[in-house]
Amino acid sequence: MRIEVKNLTKQYKGKRALNNITFTLEGPKIYGLLGRNGAGKTTFMDILSGHILATSGEIQINGENPFDNRKLTESICLIQEGNNFKKELRVGQVLRMYAYFYPKWDYELAEELRELYHLKQNTKVKHLSKGMESALGIIVGLASNAPITIFDEPYIGLDAAARKTFYDILLEQYEQEKRIIIFSTHLIDEVSLLFEEVLIMQDGEVILKEETDHLRRHACAVSGYNKEVKTFIADKEIIKTRTLGQMMTAYVYGDSEEAKQQGLHVEGVPIQDLMIYLTEGERGA
Amino acid sequence: MKHSLDDSKPIYLQIKEQLEDAIVEKRLQTGDRVPSTNEFASFYKINPATAAKGINELVQEDILFKRRGVGMFVKEDARQKLVANRKKTFYENYILPLKNEAEILDISEEELFHMLKGENL
Repeated sequence: MRIEVKNLTKQYKGKRALNNITFTLEGPKIYGLLGRNGAGKTTFMDILSGHILATSGEIQINGENPFDNRKLTESICLIQEGNNFKKELRVGQVLRMYAYFYPKWDYELAEELRELYHLKQNTKVKHLSKGMESALGIIVGLASNAPITIFDEPYIGLDAAARKTFYDILLEQYEQEKRIIIFSTHLIDEVSLLFEEVLIMQDGEVILKEETDHLRRHACAVSGYNKEVKTFIADKEIIKTRTLGQMMTAYVYGDSEEAKQQGLHVEGVPIQDLMIYLTEGERGA
Repeated sequence: MKHSLDDSKPIYLQIKEQLEDAIVEKRLQTGDRVPSTNEFASFYKINPATAAKGINELVQEDILFKRRGVGMFVKEDARQKLVANRKKTFYENYILPLKNEAEILDISEEELFHMLKGENL
């Protein structure tokens, strides 16, 4: 599967949700789609799933446009934060419907997960708790085996243990059925080890697209005396700086060995922190 | 073996170093099977492609070898190779920091020498 995003723009009344973004995703791979609220993540996922149309530009999946494309929609499963299913349907009906829709549906897995998350066949969606409704979404996403599976904050109301179960099964399923998984979340610390590549969005643009291990290697926090740190970062790409008295910490893309040789203290930067520093911008913005 | 990995360092390197440590410390010996990509992935909850990268680098460096359909194994002379490499960086990684710290604490070379011989003054 190959997803090509070309000059994609989405304009809502008075607000540009996506601003001329261009990139390519290629699977099988687990992508992390990160960014603060309002960055354009959900709009992008809606267009990718063929739910809404772009204002200009296009997305092509293996060369085809996903909007109103029955054959392609069978290959895409989008699970959102809530309201994935009609309120009047029962759990069993929801699962049968999706089983019918997705050609590679895994019946056994769906049944196993339904029991694991204690969902009863006969309960109507409107009578499920928030966590249980999220669990139902997760079951559909995992059992769909859709070549492009997208989770957009899929676990509202799920406790830490239930989320961990989800990550475990996600990984197990991915090993069995390699596909493109796009995972958008704010709980980055919990899942960053699963991502092979991350995309960070801000103000309708993709400000970073990189392999996670590449980031772990090249993004570093360099500390030392103001002057020494400033000299070191002069020719580097600086993400953020902080000072404490005469001391300074700079978050940069750079060679940690080079910094060490200059007697500076060097540490790695977790993906979550990197995302925060890259996107915090002006205070209050 | 560590029970979890550090999110601020490349994951494939941590997998690689872990295997190297096990071989140097003789917990893994010539001919032993090493955990598979999937075993690493499910133990640490990491992306299988990332685990594979760490293991594959050791194959390229002639530390591990692959038996098709069976798994990855420790190659003969793997330990000697790793030990030789580590000796090269021993001065940099251990002696230099030791000397630096000794200098900061005003520990003389003579004192340091006695300490190395196991005599605490």
